Amino acid sequence: MVKRLVVGAHYGLRDWLAQRATATYMVLYTIVFAFAALTLPKMDYEHWSALFSGGLMRFLTFLFFMSLAYHAWVGVRDIWMDYVKPLGLRLALHLITLFLLVGYAGWAAKILWRL
Amino acid sequence: MSEASVARKARPKFLDLREIRLPLPGIVSILHRISGAGLFLLLPFLLYLFDLSVSSPETFATYKAIVGHPLVKLILFGLLWAYLHHFCAGIRFLLLDLHKGIELEPARQSARLVLIVSLTLTVILGVWLW
Repeated sequence: MVKRLVVGAHYGLRDWLAQRATATYMVLYTIVFAFAALTLPKMDYEHWSALFSGGLMRFLTFLFFMSLAYHAWVGVRDIWMDYVKPLGLRLALHLITLFLLVGYAGWAAKILWRL
Repeated sequence: MSEASVARKARPKFLDLREIRLPLPGIVSILHRISGAGLFLLLPFLLYLFDLSVSSPETFATYKAIVGHPLVKLILFGLLWAYLHHFCAGIRFLLLDLHKGIELEPARQSARLVLIVSLTLTVILGVWLW
């Protein structure tokens, strides 16, 4: 048994938990989406776009993209932390990742609410 | 740190690079990371396609034309596998977190199952969507 000195504000635990919570939501959404998409009577613009314009599906899809952004943030950050040791470079990569993911989330929201 | 003073047991080393190989759960794990990184890198492309597909009948036609290109289809096929592998391996990791199937044999079997199921689903869905 290794005696560990626990320090800090448990940000690690919070992100670890968030990664799993968002993963669980995305699994459920994927099943709902796959069922809805694969049972579309016809794969054309009308049917496909109508799939996302309903209030519930729009909300669930928005939640999916939000979960994806948080999930990818934790995952990609872990990759940088494992392989990139110089602090300045790592910080830069963290920030770029964060900006990209926030931008993608905004983009997804714009797509969904324009429908 | 206090644990630094604890005497370490001499551990056997086996680092013959021609002999050692990553066990199946290790392969699933590194593919989980690679597929996640790939999905992140191509996320803007997927959002772009999604944007086109739902914006108007005209952009939907553009979307159809883009995904009709064989090279794009190949990329999307790869992304489909990446999503499905990340999906299946992710469920396996969630179960491991809940201490389900953590013994050596069940863990190896579930790793094999993840590889088989994600590849099979990729082929089925890929052929169907092609």
